[in-house]
Amino acid sequence: MSAPRPLRLRMPELAPGSRVLAFGDYQPANVVTNDDLAKLMDTNDEWIRSRVGIEERRIAGPEETIADMAVHAGGKALAAAGLPAEDVDLVILATCSNETPLPNNAATVAHRLGIPAPGAYDLNAACSGFCYALSAADSAIRTGAARNVLVIGAEKMSQWLDWTDRSTSIIFADGAGAAVVGRSAEPGVGPVVWGSAGDQSDRIQVKNRQSFILQDGQAVFRWATTAIAPVALEACERAGVAPEDLAALVPHQANLRIIDAIARKVKAVNAVVAHDIVRSGNTSGASIPMALARMIERGDVPSGAPALLIGFGAGLAYAAQVIQIP
Amino acid sequence: MAVATEQEILDGLAAIIDEIVGIDKSEVTPEKNFIDDLDIDSLSMVEIAVAAQDQFGVEIPDDELRNLKTVKDVINFVQNLQQQG
Repeated sequence: MSAPRPLRLRMPELAPGSRVLAFGDYQPANVVTNDDLAKLMDTNDEWIRSRVGIEERRIAGPEETIADMAVHAGGKALAAAGLPAEDVDLVILATCSNETPLPNNAATVAHRLGIPAPGAYDLNAACSGFCYALSAADSAIRTGAARNVLVIGAEKMSQWLDWTDRSTSIIFADGAGAAVVGRSAEPGVGPVVWGSAGDQSDRIQVKNRQSFILQDGQAVFRWATTAIAPVALEACERAGVAPEDLAALVPHQANLRIIDAIARKVKAVNAVVAHDIVRSGNTSGASIPMALARMIERGDVPSGAPALLIGFGAGLAYAAQVIQIP
Repeated sequence: MAVATEQEILDGLAAIIDEIVGIDKSEVTPEKNFIDDLDIDSLSMVEIAVAAQDQFGVEIPDDELRNLKTVKDVINFVQNLQQQG
């Protein structure tokens, strides 16, 4: 038998980089205050504010789904980007709170947005999901697998909460945030720094189908306030951006005290630090794009400047990258 | 790491508490109870324990943290572990 001819697969042309063209956000209408929660369980406004920094959060109605929220946020981002739906060829939905395991939500959301036949998948890296999905979008664009990617973080955490457990139900909430990512001659999404600590997988978990979110708050707090700042600093280092040059610091909105502890250690002295948790609670994979979308909408951060995104949570998993603010 | 004196640990701890929760160093004296006297909650105690760990080179796990009620408790804990070296 003669030697086979060496295989030469034809590959797409590489793109130099990608960038976020626009963000979009969505929150359910229903506001739940700390006083509302104090009627359901043994807690109070002062305790919640001092421990987690939350003043109010939004909770989806019984009929409002993750797909509904994702469609709102994704549609807003597409409109802000001025990109026709048919130009999107990949949709990645970061979520850890899906109503059911099948079908995925990404394909449904794409269809409802009028995006014809894109690649579509859900991604579960919990509270770091958006940063993972953004990195996946960047890779897809740079390798030529996609031209424009719609990345959405959408969560209905409320459906996985035990509303008598004050350690979790005061924290988690619902919402969605989205980013449209496209090709760019100058890279606008920096290298991701990511990792996981599976030895601590039981720190935040839903044990079975009948169970709810359980969290070992103190252990997670210790991990988040020690392990995450070095990851954030490494993301700056890899992107070649000094922390003092950051215009925005957008950690996952887990707990105001974790956010401020990370900010203190990163020493981004000129950055606006996202504090969206105060009005939105912890929306897991939705929190980073939601927070940044609102900072941009308010005019808090300049277009073109660098922002550091830092995701961390259940897994335990984490990811961080520097991006250019659209 | 050399074993620190009681005064050195107290001074180091007072500086950490000042930085993390903004309590003046002079307020931090050995007999003070973290929760009742200094109004420091469990999450701040975690941050203080982590900073103390870095400074004194001894690990203070969450399980131990529950037993450390006063400033003196922390000083004794750090000294004991440093002596075991």
